[in-house]
Amino acid sequence: MRVPLSWLCDFAPFAGDPADLARTLDELGLVVEAIEVVGQGLDDVVVARVESIAPIDGADRIRRVVVDRGSDAVDVVCGAGNFEVGDLVPLAPVGTVLPGGFEIGRRKMRGVWSEGMLCSGAELGLSEDAAGLLVVSGVEGAVPGAPLAEVLGIERDVVFDIAVEANRPDAWCVAGVARDLAARLGLPFAIPDPAPKVTEGPPAASEVRVSVESPELCPRFTARLLTGVQVAPSGQLVARRLTLAGMRPINNVVDASNYVMLELGQPTHPYDRAKVAGSGFVVRQAVPGETVTTLDGVVRELGRTGPALGDTGIDCLVCDRDGSPLGIGGIMGGASSEIDETTTEILFEAAYFDPMTVARTSKRLNLRTEASARFERGCDPAGIDRAALRFVEVLAETAGPALVAAAGSVDAVGPVPSPVRLRVRPDRVNGLLGTALAPGEITELLGPLGIEARPAPGSDGGVLDVVVPTFRPDIRPSPWGEADIAEEVGRTFGYGRLPRTQPAWSAPGRLSDRQRERRLVAEVMVGLGATEAWTPSIVDGDGHTLAGFGPEAITVANPLAADERFLRRSMLPGLLRAVARNADRRQGEVRLFEIGTVFPVPVSGPDAVDERELLAAVFALRGDDARMATVAWHLLAAALRIDGVVLRAPAPGSTGAAGLHPTRVASLVTTGVGDDRGSGQPGAGAVVGVVGEVDPVVAERFGLPVEQDGASDRRRFGWLEVDLGTVLDPAVVRRRSDEVAPVSRFPSSDIDLAFVTDEMIPADVVGSVLADAAGDVAESVDLFDVYRGPGLPPGTRSLAFRLRLCALDRTLTDAETGEVRSSCIAAVRERLGATLR
Amino acid sequence: MSDRSAARAAVATVSTPDAGAIRHDALRTLEGAASRAELRIAVTAVLGKRSPLALAHRQLGSLDADARKEAGRVLAEVRAELEEVAERRGSELAAAERAAELEADRLDLTEVIPASVADRPVRGHHHPVSATRRSLEDVFVGMGFTVAEGPEIETDWYNFGALNMPPAHPARGMWDTFYLELGEPESTVLRTHTSPVQIHLLEEALASGGLPIHAVMPGRCYRRDTPDARHLATFHQIEGLVVDRAVTFADLAGTIETFTTAYFGSDIHARLRPAYFPFTEPSAEFEITCTLCRGAGCRTCSQTGWIELGGCGMVDPAVFDAVGIDNEEWQGFAFGFGIDRCVQMRHQIADMRLLTENDIRFARQF
Repeated sequence: MRVPLSWLCDFAPFAGDPADLARTLDELGLVVEAIEVVGQGLDDVVVARVESIAPIDGADRIRRVVVDRGSDAVDVVCGAGNFEVGDLVPLAPVGTVLPGGFEIGRRKMRGVWSEGMLCSGAELGLSEDAAGLLVVSGVEGAVPGAPLAEVLGIERDVVFDIAVEANRPDAWCVAGVARDLAARLGLPFAIPDPAPKVTEGPPAASEVRVSVESPELCPRFTARLLTGVQVAPSGQLVARRLTLAGMRPINNVVDASNYVMLELGQPTHPYDRAKVAGSGFVVRQAVPGETVTTLDGVVRELGRTGPALGDTGIDCLVCDRDGSPLGIGGIMGGASSEIDETTTEILFEAAYFDPMTVARTSKRLNLRTEASARFERGCDPAGIDRAALRFVEVLAETAGPALVAAAGSVDAVGPVPSPVRLRVRPDRVNGLLGTALAPGEITELLGPLGIEARPAPGSDGGVLDVVVPTFRPDIRPSPWGEADIAEEVGRTFGYGRLPRTQPAWSAPGRLSDRQRERRLVAEVMVGLGATEAWTPSIVDGDGHTLAGFGPEAITVANPLAADERFLRRSMLPGLLRAVARNADRRQGEVRLFEIGTVFPVPVSGPDAVDERELLAAVFALRGDDARMATVAWHLLAAALRIDGVVLRAPAPGSTGAAGLHPTRVASLVTTGVGDDRGSGQPGAGAVVGVVGEVDPVVAERFGLPVEQDGASDRRRFGWLEVDLGTVLDPAVVRRRSDEVAPVSRFPSSDIDLAFVTDEMIPADVVGSVLADAAGDVAESVDLFDVYRGPGLPPGTRSLAFRLRLCALDRTLTDAETGEVRSSCIAAVRERLGATLR
Repeated sequence: MSDRSAARAAVATVSTPDAGAIRHDALRTLEGAASRAELRIAVTAVLGKRSPLALAHRQLGSLDADARKEAGRVLAEVRAELEEVAERRGSELAAAERAAELEADRLDLTEVIPASVADRPVRGHHHPVSATRRSLEDVFVGMGFTVAEGPEIETDWYNFGALNMPPAHPARGMWDTFYLELGEPESTVLRTHTSPVQIHLLEEALASGGLPIHAVMPGRCYRRDTPDARHLATFHQIEGLVVDRAVTFADLAGTIETFTTAYFGSDIHARLRPAYFPFTEPSAEFEITCTLCRGAGCRTCSQTGWIELGGCGMVDPAVFDAVGIDNEEWQGFAFGFGIDRCVQMRHQIADMRLLTENDIRFARQF
């Protein structure tokens, strides 16, 4: 809200540096976002009369103009064409610095010297009109040489651009800002009572009828009648203040209504009486499907519930006596009863509309106006008469001598809010603020805001009876209102002056296990050369489709861009795009990872939403492939002490994981949380992730750099995805015990065993069987070679393991080693049907 | 004459004068060795069993006692000297050879070609947002806070209703909300702030007797704002909640000051000014000393020396009532601010959108 300082001074004697006032406003929570000084730079601008206009050779856009500036005549080169010889125009002589900071110099254009500049309204900061000169012919006092500012009655002013918080409708007007500021500065504040200089006619009630059929939608509606109105431009002061406040002057009637809204915060509405059937109003709820054409020319359908949460479909209409809608109550008037230059009689509405009704209707219609914004936050039902009288007072200045105001108003009063009375415990206020203010101090801090506080009878100062004026709808009744009062006390006392203390508590701060381990996951990935990415959570459908996910996803009802409305089900599309984008910038050699949320499609309603926190990584350094991803998983598992997860390839022919290479992929499957390595453990068989390689088709679709220089084979991209919610949950995935395994001091010996095994038997299963069979003396069991080819039956491959055997208490004898070897061979044969190669 | 006596006679005649010649020849041989391999041969030649010296020594027996004693002493002296020379020469040659080897092995480490290093380790980079989130968490953990998290999809109740914003409340307009097509229209949203985690915490605390609460809540949030240099539609916030007996606004102000100096530096301070949030009362916005000009005034802070960081206040009694916490027994304060904004300030990132581009040239600076 733009608030001119001169206007503020109508209510309290503010003085001093505007920058200091702005700081005080900030401290009150009325944050000044900009301070604008207006009327500056006009000191040197004078009125000049055009003496002659001559073309310039070779120029068709500029002309040579000779003007009389009182003292002498000067040549000026001018590009505007909206004036004639004899017109009075503003002249900025050489040396003038215009409001925009532009300094006028002596310039030569097309061989003609220009001794200054003739100015437009925009160049002078007086209007937005930049099309032509600001012609001031006919303005009183406009003679050559007269200072322009004097002629136009322009005063220097300071405009504060204030961001008013949504809960302060009272401060959304000049008087309200002045009240807070005066309270803080200890200055006297008063809103003058309007005293319209106007002929009083017969009582309004004899001419105007008002029926409010839905008082819950419009708890108070007042109507006044003005006759003999002459629609004309507003006076200088009103026009200037409206302009400074950012509103365009239209005519005296509309301007007076806007002026009152800006000054007092009360929106009002003037109707052309001739266009209101029955010379009165019916205020009622809209019938479903009813339409009204609003002032902006749009036909609005009303009375039907929209999709928004909490919408009731209840709209308030202001209608004529025949019941035809004139406008939407509290939001926008209708086109049918608009004031125009022929208007002579005005029906004037000043009302209090139910805030929630206005809020719902305005939201559903997506129609937000100065009026609706104020009504939905809560106007002052007790300020209506003052606002209406102020309107008459302002209008009377320019509406002509014939103006007659009908006596009084027609006032339909229903259930308007009354002043909130609440009990406030000074102890509670101090307890909230951390202060030690006496009850009297609290009373004094509240008084200037219009909030009365008195010691409650018999409470011995322990309780204050507080009465809150109706212009402060933000202050609630007991018990919540105590906190609101505490804020008012703190605000007028000054937040900066409140004490600061450091609270202490005994509970130690810490991260949860999950949070610590998530950090570890990130550290491991960074250690593996992967860089953390942040890819979008709201994605387009293409990404999912290209990666082989179906079209199903949770969708955003109101996306920013129509195609970007899906919540990601996987980070694969995002990370592949990130690799591709880097490749486009010749940075395709990357490993990227992301820890973030994905949103699987809920199996049933909203209660089934099951966000998953995943680690996902793409390995796209040259040479990376599914093996790199597998190594990464093993390192990660080791760092997390995980030993209850094995890799399992999908069954042949199954489609595997979306987007991944169907034959170079494995699921990360839990083995259960029990001590035993056998299957059938509780929690066994849960899939907690996937490791593999990006499907080459998918890689190509995403534009990954699949070709490599000087190599015939295509680049591969490793992929690792881990569900942190399950992997980091010790109830799902078994961890290695914290207890260390003792380390032997005796020599170890190795035995190498190669088995011809069925392709369907995972290598790690063979390893487990060997480890089991070797028993305590197995220090390690490592796969060191895989062979497929001649000499082996189809459907089999040879797996070579090296067992390192070592006992804690002795050197193993050859006989012992031999026994272990035999039992290992036997175990693999018996349990897996594999033979020694 | 027996062979033996003949030999004696020979030694008697040759030994004494020969010692000098043996020494001379031997020294020349030793000094002439150009490598340790040659030296080993030379040592064998002058000190070995078949060396002239050994031969001379064997001939001593043919001398009479006095002469033998004298000649033996001379030969022992020669041997000792030769051994010493051999050793010295050995050291010299070893040093020279090592010097030559080292020279041949010289590597200018400014010329290392990373790609040529076999199995070179590479280190990745943390995203600045998560790095900043971690540092913020660490500061708060040091101040005694735990860290809590919550879902990104929330129901209307958690995102708005319980936070003192019933349906259609105008204050909801402060957040441009992404609604999800889940359940009734507008009943589920992508959370617009981390404040719903407060409600989850309060509910859990109420159910499990977990009050008091001292927690910070970092997380990803969503607002339907067209991204620009200073705003992203997806962003990160960190929020704090303290619920305890008799915590005050003064405690809030002190906590924010402590955090500010701890995280931003001892010369960066915080100040509060009144503001409106539906879920706090009294409410405040907090500003900190401009981290760019350290309070002197610059373009970033519009010459004020202060920049806005976040919002805070005492938990509104309506919030406690919504959850069912006794307002007379418990008081609370809450605060929140943008993590991404801290990143932007700290690293002077002109355009926030760089954070989501995942350009490795940007990422590797962290």
